[in-house]
Amino acid sequence: MFRFIVRRLLQLIPALFGLSILLFIWLHRLPGGPETAILGERGTPEMRAAIRQNLGLDEPILVQYGRFMKRMLRLDLGASIATKREVTTEFLQRFPGTVELAATAIIIAIAIGIPLGYLAARRRGRLLDHVSVAGSLIGVCIPVFFLAYVLKAIFAENLHLFPSSGRQDPTIEATRITNFFVLDGLMTREWDAAADALWHLVLPGLALASIPLAIIVRITRASVLEVLGEDFVRTAEAKGLTERVVRQRHVLRNAMLPVATTIGLLTGGLLSGAVLTETVFAFSGIGAFIADSISQRDYPVLMGFIMIIAVLFVLVNLLVDLSYSLIDPRVRVR
Amino acid sequence: MALLDVEDLSVTFRQRGKRTVRAVDGVSFSVDAGEVVGLVGESGCGKSVTSLALMGLLPRQPGISVGGKADFDGTDLLRVDRRAMRDIRGRDVAMIFQDPLSSLNPVIPIGRQVTEVLTRHRGLSGDAARKEAADLLDRVGIPDPTRRLKEYPHQLSGGMRQRALIAIAVACQPRLLIADEPTTALDVTIQAQILELLKALVRDSGTALVMITHDLGVVAGMCDTVNVLYAGRVVETARRRPLFAEPRHPYTVGLLNSIPRLDAGRGDKLSPIPGSVRDVLPWADGCAFAPRCDRQVEACVGEPPQLVLTHTDRTYRCVNPVPAVGSAPAVAEPAVEAGPGPAAEAGPESGPVGPVAEVDPVAEEKQSSVPAPREEESA
Repeated sequence: MFRFIVRRLLQLIPALFGLSILLFIWLHRLPGGPETAILGERGTPEMRAAIRQNLGLDEPILVQYGRFMKRMLRLDLGASIATKREVTTEFLQRFPGTVELAATAIIIAIAIGIPLGYLAARRRGRLLDHVSVAGSLIGVCIPVFFLAYVLKAIFAENLHLFPSSGRQDPTIEATRITNFFVLDGLMTREWDAAADALWHLVLPGLALASIPLAIIVRITRASVLEVLGEDFVRTAEAKGLTERVVRQRHVLRNAMLPVATTIGLLTGGLLSGAVLTETVFAFSGIGAFIADSISQRDYPVLMGFIMIIAVLFVLVNLLVDLSYSLIDPRVRVR
Repeated sequence: MALLDVEDLSVTFRQRGKRTVRAVDGVSFSVDAGEVVGLVGESGCGKSVTSLALMGLLPRQPGISVGGKADFDGTDLLRVDRRAMRDIRGRDVAMIFQDPLSSLNPVIPIGRQVTEVLTRHRGLSGDAARKEAADLLDRVGIPDPTRRLKEYPHQLSGGMRQRALIAIAVACQPRLLIADEPTTALDVTIQAQILELLKALVRDSGTALVMITHDLGVVAGMCDTVNVLYAGRVVETARRRPLFAEPRHPYTVGLLNSIPRLDAGRGDKLSPIPGSVRDVLPWADGCAFAPRCDRQVEACVGEPPQLVLTHTDRTYRCVNPVPAVGSAPAVAEPAVEAGPGPAAEAGPESGPVGPVAEVDPVAEEKQSSVPAPREEESA
C-alpha cells in the first residue's frame, strides 16, 4: 500500500516534466504576448520590445524554460504579469471557491444520480426508467452556461430564492482563515456567514452538476442491471434473504465499483474549474481567472495553475484507486 | 406421501417477436425424504429451469409463466406468495449452484456469506453466528475455517468455493436440497470429493437431494431414482440399477453409449448421439427425440408418445423402446400402457397408470448381466 502510493507519486515527476515542456512550448507559440494585453493596440514596437525585455521574453525559449524550471524546483511559481501578485497567492485565494463549487456539484450529482440510476434499473422498461434515461440525455446535451442562465433567471432574479452572484453577501463581515467560505464560517462559528456561503453555492452547484449527474445516472443504471443478472444475486435470493439485504449488500455494493471510478474522473475534471458557471454567477474560482489569464498571455499564472491542477488531478485519482481497493477486495494495491 | 411431489410442471417463455419456448413441458417426479433423485439430460433439456421454478427464482417477468404443482410437505412451491417463499428458501429448500466462483459475492468475505443465512433463518448473530459458520465450513471439509471466514471468494480454490456454497446451502438443515450441476465447473478429482461430501451430508442428515446433472457418472455414484429429461419432458424414469442395466428409451441408451469407458476395446469408437438438442420435433407433432433416434419408426411422428409403465418400477415415453434384456429382441411389450390421448400428458404418478409398483427384485438382479456403469472417479 505504502509502496503503491510512493510509486504513484514518483510517476508524477516524469509526467509533470513532460507536461511542463508541452505547456511551455504551446503557450509561447500562441500569437501575441503579455505586452499586447498590457499596451492594447496603441503600443509602439519600441514599447513592446521594452516590456518583452523587461519580462525576459526576448531571450531564447530554452533559457526561459531553464529559468522557469529552476524556480519550479524551489517551488516558486513566480508572479502574475497582470496582477503582479504571487501565483501561489492568487491560487490559494481562488482555488477554495472552485473546490467548494466542485464539491457541491459532485455531492448533488451523487445524491440524486445513484438512487435515480438504481431505481431506473429496478424499474427497467417502465416510466421512471424512460424518464431518467431521456432526462440524462437532455442533461448531457444542455449547454452548462445556458442551464446556468436559466437557473439564475428563474430562481434568483424572478423568485429571489437564491442569490444571483458571488460567493458570499459582501455585507456580511466574515473572518477569513482558509478561504473556504463555508469552512471558515463553521470554524469561526459565524453561522450566518457559513449559511450564506452555502446558499450562494446552490445555483452554480446545480448548473455544474448537470453533466456529472447525467453520467452517474447512466453508469449506475447500467451497472445495477449488470449486477442484477449475476449468479451471486441469485445465490442471495436462494438463501431467502430479505429484499432489502439482497439489494443493499449484494446488488448496490457491487454496482458501485464502476461508479466510483467515474466519480473520481468527474471530480478531477471539476477541480480544474468551471469557466462558464463561474462567469455566469460571478463566482470567484480559478476557472474564470484561467480564462482571463489566457487572453492576457499571463504565462506564469497559466504555467503555475495548470501544473498545480495536474498534481491535484493525479492525487484525486490516486485516492479513487485507494478507495477502490477498499470496495473491491480483488483489487490489491501493490 | 413424498416430501416433494412435482406434478405436470411447465415453464413457458414468451418474448415479443420470438417463438414461444416451452422449456419445461409437463414434468412430474417425486422425492422422498432422504432420497437422491437425479434429473438427467443434455444442456437445454429444461433441468435447470425446473430447479429454478421450484425455488421460485425464475425472473418475475410477464413473458414467463409457470404451470403445474409442486407440493412440498403440503405447500405448493409454485403458488406460495413471495414473502412466504423467502422464508422457505434457504431454510427448508436450499440450492447449490453450478459455478461456485460467480455464485459467491466477490466483495463480501466468505464468513459473512455464511452467517447471513444463519442470521436470516436461525436468528444467530455475532460470535454465535461466526462460530456456527466455522463449524459449517469445518463440516464441509474446509481446513482452518476460522481463518477462511475472513477470506474472499477469489482467495479460495474452486473446490473450496463449492464447499463453501454447500456449507451455505446446508446451514439451516434444509429438508430438500437441489444441486444444479454442482461439479461441472470443477476438475475431476475435486468432483469426486464434492460428490462424496454431498453423499455424506445426505446420509447423515436425511435431507432429500435433487441432483441435476448431465453426467451419468454422477448419477451412477449417487442417485436412487433417475429421471431422464429430453426437450422439457421426462422420457424415462427408473431406479438407478435397472436404468443402467436395461435402459429402455433410445435417448437413455444414447446417453449411456456416449460415456467413454475404460473397459472398452482400444479401437472402439465412442458412439455419440447424432445431431444436437436443437433438432427437436415439437412434442405435439410426435416424439421430440425422433429426428436423432436410430430406432425411429413411422409411429414416432404424428402423435406425442405416451408414457409407458412396465411391470417393473419404470416408465418411459417411447413407441419403439429398446427391448428389455432377456425379452424378445424384436418387439417391446410393455406390461401396461398409459391411456391414449391427452391423458398421457400426466406424469408417472398420476393418470390411468395408477401408483407405481415396487421395484421388481428380478429386474434389479438382471443388471449383473451387463457391464457395470462407470462409477464416479475416485482418484
